[in-house]
Amino acid sequence: MKGILVYLKEYKKEAVLAPLFKLLEAFFELFVPLVMANMIDVGIAGGDRPYIVKMGLWLILLAVVGLTASVTAQFFAAKAAVGFSTKLREVLFGHMQDLNFTNIDQVGTSTMITRMTSDINQVQSGVNMVLRLFLRSPIIVFGAMIMAFTIDVKCALVFVVAIPLLALVVFGIMVITIPLYKKVQGGLDKVLGITRQNLTGVRVIRAFGQEEKQTAEFEENNRALTAVQVFVGKISACMNPVTYSIVNGAIMLLIYMGAIQVQIGNLSQGEVIAIINYMSQILVELVKLANLIILTTKAVACGERVAAVLATENETQGELPGVSDKAKEAYLVFDKVSLTYKGAGEKTLSDISFQVNKGDTVGVIGGTGSGKTSLINLIPGFYPATEGAVYLNGENILSLSEKERIDRVGIVPQKAVLFKGTIRSNLLWGKENATEEEMWEALGLAQAKEVVEGKEGMLDAVVEQKGKNFSGGQRQRLTIARALIKKPEILILDDSASALDYATDAKLRQAIKSLAGSMTTFIVSQRASTIRYADKILVLDDGELVGNGTHEELLTNCPVYQEIYYSQYPEERKEEKAE
Amino acid sequence: MKTTVKRVLNYIKKYWFVLLLSLFLAMVTVALTLYIPILTGRAIDQMLGKGAVDMEAIFGILWKIGVSILFTALAQWVMNTCNNYITYHVVQDIRKEAFAKIQILPLSYLDTKPTGDLVSRVIADVDTFADGLLMGFTQLFTGVLTIGGTLVFMLVTNVPIALVVVCLTPVSFLVAKFIATRTHDMFHLQSKTRGEQTSLIEEMIDNEKIVKSFGREGAVKEEFREINGRLKDCSLKAIFFSSLVNPCTRFVNSLVYAGVGTFGAFLEVNGGISVGTLSCFLSYANQYTKPFNEISGVVTELQNAMVCAGRIFELIDETPQVPEDEDAVELTHVKGEVTLQDVSFSYVPGQKLLEQVSLQVQPGQRIAIVGPTGCGKTTLINLLMRFYDVNKGSIQVDGTDIRHLTRNSLRTSFGMVLQETWLQAGTVLDNIRMGKPEATREEVIEAAKASHAHSFIKRLPQGYDTVITEDGGALSQGQKQLLCIARVMLCLPPMLILDEATSSIDTRTEIRIQKAFARMMEGRTSFIVAHRLSTIKEADVILVMKDGNIIEQGNHENLLAQKGFYANLYNSQFAG
Repeated sequence: MKGILVYLKEYKKEAVLAPLFKLLEAFFELFVPLVMANMIDVGIAGGDRPYIVKMGLWLILLAVVGLTASVTAQFFAAKAAVGFSTKLREVLFGHMQDLNFTNIDQVGTSTMITRMTSDINQVQSGVNMVLRLFLRSPIIVFGAMIMAFTIDVKCALVFVVAIPLLALVVFGIMVITIPLYKKVQGGLDKVLGITRQNLTGVRVIRAFGQEEKQTAEFEENNRALTAVQVFVGKISACMNPVTYSIVNGAIMLLIYMGAIQVQIGNLSQGEVIAIINYMSQILVELVKLANLIILTTKAVACGERVAAVLATENETQGELPGVSDKAKEAYLVFDKVSLTYKGAGEKTLSDISFQVNKGDTVGVIGGTGSGKTSLINLIPGFYPATEGAVYLNGENILSLSEKERIDRVGIVPQKAVLFKGTIRSNLLWGKENATEEEMWEALGLAQAKEVVEGKEGMLDAVVEQKGKNFSGGQRQRLTIARALIKKPEILILDDSASALDYATDAKLRQAIKSLAGSMTTFIVSQRASTIRYADKILVLDDGELVGNGTHEELLTNCPVYQEIYYSQYPEERKEEKAE
Repeated sequence: MKTTVKRVLNYIKKYWFVLLLSLFLAMVTVALTLYIPILTGRAIDQMLGKGAVDMEAIFGILWKIGVSILFTALAQWVMNTCNNYITYHVVQDIRKEAFAKIQILPLSYLDTKPTGDLVSRVIADVDTFADGLLMGFTQLFTGVLTIGGTLVFMLVTNVPIALVVVCLTPVSFLVAKFIATRTHDMFHLQSKTRGEQTSLIEEMIDNEKIVKSFGREGAVKEEFREINGRLKDCSLKAIFFSSLVNPCTRFVNSLVYAGVGTFGAFLEVNGGISVGTLSCFLSYANQYTKPFNEISGVVTELQNAMVCAGRIFELIDETPQVPEDEDAVELTHVKGEVTLQDVSFSYVPGQKLLEQVSLQVQPGQRIAIVGPTGCGKTTLINLLMRFYDVNKGSIQVDGTDIRHLTRNSLRTSFGMVLQETWLQAGTVLDNIRMGKPEATREEVIEAAKASHAHSFIKRLPQGYDTVITEDGGALSQGQKQLLCIARVMLCLPPMLILDEATSSIDTRTEIRIQKAFARMMEGRTSFIVAHRLSTIKEADVILVMKDGNIIEQGNHENLLAQKGFYANLYNSQFAG
């Protein structure tokens, strides 16, 4: 929490003024019963009409001053809270942009989104309420007691007993009910889970004739939920009656003690009324205080979660190992590379070595979870190799700046995502100052020309969020164009042509091949047909490189490749056997 | 709206006695709460000054106060408990009915409604409804009673002061309302801007890796900063202006207090009322605005609750699936003969889909369904399982129209493994046991072995007792499908509907799935949505589907010889 409070610094003035003005308001409010007591004791008793009017005007004046102070305080509180959360949001969002891939995986996307939105909103309202109430409520409660002391010490002792008692009840009931409310939430989650499950799995449930069993399970949970709710209700229903009894019991005592004091001439009638008034003021503020404490604990918890994300720092890169002799043997060299993701027990890639010549097309194939995507993510250094090194042109890829790496490697991820905007704005992601000519060229290579030409507004056609208004295949072609426009040295297609039909897929590969002089290409795929004509095929199995060669070579010497290939082309196996 | 209220009352009717008790207790509470300031006032009137205090009278009054407090507290607690009881039981009844309805709604309804929407009706809407109802019970009635009661008490005691209170208090109510309407636009702008920001956050954070791989962090931050700046401005306005409500109503309250005090003091000097009465009025003046503010809140909540109730009733009122024939037959000792006779079907009236399809399947035959993605292969599954009813013609199993069979016996005669695997939250064991709850652990393991799932289940942290979430959690797509196969393997019904996996499963798991399928199909009538050539070629009948309709049927050789769509498909997809 401390970690994020520094962002309140800019609003130090507001953060101090807001509670101060609140304090002022509370202070004036405490005078009201005293003025009223005077009105009764002096004005009424003496039949002094001008005095009564004077006191009446005093009451109005106190109200006006109180209003002014309060409005001022609300303004400062709102300004500080909003300013603080705005700053916090900006800092947090910026921080998230700077996290590296390892940290993005660790924190997780949905966590980041929650931190950015609901957590910060909670913190904002927490700060706002604290600034408004943390001085006001205690001041009213204890101020009322102090005022009672100034009137009569003996009567004030009733306050000394009643306040802790009230606090005990209010907080006690809250402490008891909070975990119970969590239980209610848990019960509700269960009911929700079953409802959801019955909708998403309706076909299976009906296919197995499970409707009755599910209904029975739902009803059982539903009943359990009601039981907890009624039980919590019974406890929290105590709050009002008990506090009411305490306050009014205290008033009874005050009447009794007041009467004795009046009898012996220590107190006046007006003063007794004032003391009773003070007592009734306490309850409302105590309840507010209790609510404030709950809200604050929630806000602090949210704040701590935000602070935790802010505390996630990219690890500084350690000393790079010396450049090995292998480094200069080819254009791109993987030298005994292993990768273990942070927090994972096992290696995702182990001991991978291969070399690629400039302009080659490299196919990468293997089952799901065999490490294909991990392998290609090492090329632009998105994750640093845990062991070994990746060399590009004889240099360790990690020794290049992040910008340089990104400029040289174009990657088309599995998930074809476009961003809200226009086709043009999406292409500009690849190259900020791309000309229209360059755009059409890239679109042509990516076989996306017809996609753009088919849309109204051509390059300025609107792209909805996530590119929802484009089909999967169209999106894939546009994301390929987006990567091609920056004319990368190395292009990586991570299973990014899976939604294209065979003819378009072939045309795309042809077009990419035409750039072979200037561009090295990696094609990751599950389809043997997509990679069979590559200059080199890498076969991955369970994180190990089990094959490295051309299609023909692999068919003779790589069992895993054979298995994959023949499962997709069973025809050829039979023919082979026949031969 | 009116009918919704009527229906809500209908649900409450069941608890009429509790409701009546609650109402009675509310009256008791309000009357006693108002009575105590009067007693306090009377006590004060007994202490006129030094030596002029009637202790005996005060004791009498204190005793009355004590008893009143006791009864108020008791009545309040019982009343609250009654309200809780009614609310949560009504809610339980409504949820129960809604869930029961979901079980009998036709798939044509469930398929078109987003799951999230239906879940939110059963959960969130019902919850909001409960909150509103509870608030209504506890505050609306006591609020109205308090206002009325205070008014009567004041008028009875002293008309002029009562008039001061009556005229001034509604002002605070008006002020609150004034501020609320003025801030509405500001809040609207705030939530709009917030929405804009959230969608940017979601878009960018979701695809953070792409953002980084294009080095776009700077541009994205800039875009964010711009929206954030706008959000700051409108948030400040909305929050500040809305936070004026409390100070303003408090101010009006203070004015009432000052007014009552001054006016009362004048009356007192003129001998109109006693100091005790004045103190009683002062305490009324303090309390009087509270129910006003509460009621305006309650009314909004109640309106909200009724809207939510309306949405739930909408679900409860949906037309259920066609009820079963009274003389519907249980399907037993299935041979597995399936006949489609001139079947026509479409999801949307007027949009033709299946037209006059006929098919004769002998017991034990394999039917492969092929076609490009989105060709409507699931339509056939929907009809066979009677998830949807045919529009024309009929489907028969062993010579009986399936509309004449009980749904349960028809469906459990089919074993179904779909590509979109669905697992239940629970243990692996429970998942496999789904269709046969009485199966022993040994039987389950046997079925898992037969479906090649045993080896990976064994390696899970708690083996067969590993708890998995609804989406299967850490299990891979292929493993999930193996579990679904084991689930069917355990009960092994006489007919099968299988959906072969597409490319997203790794080769080794895929081979296992193939083997498991092959084992299940032995001697059973099977419908297979087929992707692999071997399956297709071995099928007795191939149904070629396109745009929702069956356009060709026959075996591999026949279809190739036809040189139609199938021949084309075969050449492009498999011969390539």
